[in-house]
Amino acid sequence: MPVMKSIMDALALTVNGEPMSVAPGLSVAGLVANLELDTRKVAVERNLEIVPRSAYESTRLEDGDTLEIVHFIGGG
Amino acid sequence: MDGLMQADDSWLVAGRRFSSRLVVGTGKYKDLETTAAAIEASGAEMVTVAVRRVNLSDRKAPMLQDYVSPARYTYLPNTAGCFTADEAVRTLRLAREAGGWNLVKLEVLGPAPTLYPDMAATLLAAEALIKDGFEVMVYCSDDPVAAKRLEEMGCVAIMPLGAPIGSGLGVQNPLMIRMIIEQAKVPVLVDAGVGTAYDAAFAMELGCDAVLVNSAIAMADDPVLMARAMKAGVEAGRLAYRAGRIPRRGEASASSPMSGLIR
Repeated sequence: MPVMKSIMDALALTVNGEPMSVAPGLSVAGLVANLELDTRKVAVERNLEIVPRSAYESTRLEDGDTLEIVHFIGGG
Repeated sequence: MDGLMQADDSWLVAGRRFSSRLVVGTGKYKDLETTAAAIEASGAEMVTVAVRRVNLSDRKAPMLQDYVSPARYTYLPNTAGCFTADEAVRTLRLAREAGGWNLVKLEVLGPAPTLYPDMAATLLAAEALIKDGFEVMVYCSDDPVAAKRLEEMGCVAIMPLGAPIGSGLGVQNPLMIRMIIEQAKVPVLVDAGVGTAYDAAFAMELGCDAVLVNSAIAMADDPVLMARAMKAGVEAGRLAYRAGRIPRRGEASASSPMSGLIR
């Protein structure tokens, strides 16, 4: 039987393909800040849905979320 | 053509006006300093960029935007690495969120060694992107039928390859490029295949609205010098196209008059 997760447990995320453990209640804004990224230069997708910048603060991460954080690089 | 039109030789894509008819890619450079210097030298106002994951293990790595300012250059996000319509839409939605604009470059490629445009997948992706509100500049084969279909779907620019990506072989099928230009009501850009300034000039002499160059500048021994050469090549080709070249003829025609010769 799976162990019930309490609301105090860390959240297990997958960020850019890598496992990551973060504090419960963290928002997308909090995650981006933890990662020391400039919000003006990145875009975030959560479980295949774009998270608009305006919703970073209000979007709470949940256990099992898959996130993609992208930016522009050189290309042809 | 009046004097004003002669002076203003800008071109228009999706309501945006550009003076430079050279669009450059930002890939393959050895470093971001060289990228910035070469793009500056090229005089380009529009640059293609790719969308990729932020490297979380090296977050302090310099970013393209710190060297090539989106405030100064129009970023044209591409779909390089996408093989389906779903992947292309997903990638460009992220690009739109990161950059806040709708003008994009769609490219769906087949496998190496040709990396030839996969037109069946390109048509599907173009349809999905247009439906999602994107303004699509589309990389395509030099196929006038496919090009027309893309235009009718609502693509804002048609960008046939001159030769395979990175091959540097120049325009291999000028007849088809010419046919695409003659039937198109939206801008036509030769994208891929340019190897040196001559190729860019040749494409412009065919009547292209602009040329897109990446490898030929980025991989040149001196990218900044080649960027200048491409700028000059595009300008020379455009001027020659507007000037109207003399007809080709199968016999000589003396340049100096035969009258008034001393005896």
